[in-house]
Amino acid sequence: MSELLPDHREDQTVGIPEAAGASPGETTAKAADDGRSRKRRLGIGFWLSTVWLVIVFGLTMLAPYLPFVDEPGAFPDFSVDPAAGPSGSHWFGVNNNGDDIFSQVVNGGRTSLLIAFAVVILGFVSGGIVGMVAGFFRGRTDRVISAIVDILLAFPALVLALAMIAIFASDGSTVRPSMPVVIGALSILSVAPLARITRGITLAFAEREFVTAARTLGASNIRILRKEILPNVIPPMAVFSLTVIAVVIVAEGALAFLGLSVGAPNQTWGKLINDGRPRLETSPHITFFPAGVMFLTILALNYIGDILQSKFTVREGAL
Amino acid sequence: MARRIVAGERSVEAPLLEVEDLSTHFRTPRGRVRAVDGVSFTLERGRTLGIVGESGSGKTVLSRSIMGLLPRTNVERTGTIRYEGTDISEYSQAEMREVWGPEMAMIFQDPMTSLNPVMKIGKQITESLRFHLDMPKGEANDLAVSLLRSVGIPEPAKRVKEYPHQLSGGMRQRVVIAIALACGPKLLFADEPTTALDVTVQAQILNLLDAQQRERFMAMVLVTHDLGVVAGRAHDIAVMYAGKIVEKASAKTLFASMRMPYTEALLESIPKLEYASHTRLASIPGRPPDLANPPKGCNFAPRCRYAQERCLEEEPELQAGADTGHVFACHYPVGTEAGAEALARNLARGFTPAQDEAEVSITQPAGSGA
Repeated sequence: MSELLPDHREDQTVGIPEAAGASPGETTAKAADDGRSRKRRLGIGFWLSTVWLVIVFGLTMLAPYLPFVDEPGAFPDFSVDPAAGPSGSHWFGVNNNGDDIFSQVVNGGRTSLLIAFAVVILGFVSGGIVGMVAGFFRGRTDRVISAIVDILLAFPALVLALAMIAIFASDGSTVRPSMPVVIGALSILSVAPLARITRGITLAFAEREFVTAARTLGASNIRILRKEILPNVIPPMAVFSLTVIAVVIVAEGALAFLGLSVGAPNQTWGKLINDGRPRLETSPHITFFPAGVMFLTILALNYIGDILQSKFTVREGAL
Repeated sequence: MARRIVAGERSVEAPLLEVEDLSTHFRTPRGRVRAVDGVSFTLERGRTLGIVGESGSGKTVLSRSIMGLLPRTNVERTGTIRYEGTDISEYSQAEMREVWGPEMAMIFQDPMTSLNPVMKIGKQITESLRFHLDMPKGEANDLAVSLLRSVGIPEPAKRVKEYPHQLSGGMRQRVVIAIALACGPKLLFADEPTTALDVTVQAQILNLLDAQQRERFMAMVLVTHDLGVVAGRAHDIAVMYAGKIVEKASAKTLFASMRMPYTEALLESIPKLEYASHTRLASIPGRPPDLANPPKGCNFAPRCRYAQERCLEEEPELQAGADTGHVFACHYPVGTEAGAEALARNLARGFTPAQDEAEVSITQPAGSGA
């Protein structure tokens, strides 16, 4: 048993291929994470997810300044067979156009994540305001807002987004949506759920005694909303937003897969997956790498969101 | 930004607070709930009024009605509330905002929920100072520290930078008191300020309120379910039952010569140290009436050991007692011949007209020879 134990532990550390291969600083980062995870009990998965997200966000946002990331179509390399797969010079291999897939994935992630963040920020601000107003003032305001939110939630969101893109980005024969149109269409996915969740949180906090206490000290409604309720509403909203980001990345991927997301020269993960589809049998890595990165990113976002959510409920109860 | 009610409207001669025939009814699907029903009292500057009653007797609704903190919908409030001679019963939220803080303030029951969990304590105190008194930030911070010191919080300069969850319940209630006192109100409502606290800190908090009140010559309405809390602290005590004041007197008179059987029952329900161990605690049988559907006659009759047929038919009016300011609502008051006769009759037959024979056996009042 005592001999088995070290082996078993060894297995665990190398058992996570993506994280192990992703960064040279991985081992030290993990050692430090281990200490903190024991202290705060967020679990190793939480910190691995965080490391993964930091890598993804760092690479994608810094892409224009990184020497090993090419612009799409900038340096096509036709000397390599697309079917050959990953190699030392092309970490993720090349596609049919001779583009380096690693660079493509990084650049695609840039657009995908930008769209996702824009959509969630839009939802955070507008959904947040609408939800707080509904939850705080209640009555008729609440009924009207809640009805609109319910209607939005009742629609299949992707179909609604498709319809909006078709309406706003079609010139009769082709559909070439611009970034704002895609963001606007996808914001259905973020505004309605965030409005609803903010309303719920606000309802709960508006009932709390400290709101009445603030009122007895002469605070106006706006002031109470701003100073008393907003700071309480933001943390749970932010945690929920993590899950919404994941949903939006998937939705954008679906749109792109259907050829209805932002047009060239922008790449997104969904478009890359679509690009590799005809070659799935001979060179699956063209599809696999963007799909894998997207999968892990969404997994990490959901995982962190879940853990933080449970932490928040516990802390609320203790107060 | 000087937020003050026009001085001319106020009168220093008038009592600080006059409540006249105040009623607060809630419209519910079950019908109209008479949470407060025709309450009148007067409170002079620097005096303490204790409002006592069990859960659901309307004492919290009464204080919230006076403060104007009722829900916006399905509420009917009638009657007049005069603050320094000015009728404030028709004030809008915006007008009340000028009264809240520097004129009236309130301490809530549960310090766990009456502080904002994500705001530093110092900020919670300075908010109202900066808002009402237009105080510069530095000055407000200094005042916050000295307020915390005056409510007995150790290391106040350190505490202002802490969040509520870093303090114990008693400390939090002290912070709540500091916040309420920040603008120097002339009238303080304390709604069961010690109910959520450990018994060991209850007395500390009450003594603190007492000291602050005397120091600031502030009037206080102390709402509680515990006669022991108001004993020795309140100048006057009003006993509430089913939304009505059933007995009101100076504290001394009330304890010495109570007239209302409900007051007597409340007092008996306080356990005493000299009781032998395993003494069954005295309780008032039954529960308060349904305020949506109050019984005919006296509200307390179904639980009263003095109850007679008349109590089930005819609602007693408030009548004056022997001492000044003593009023009570009872047909067969405690300590009178009529009351003694009524009790003797009930004891003889073993039940009161309001009860079925089988239901509750009535007991002798503790320590009374009737």
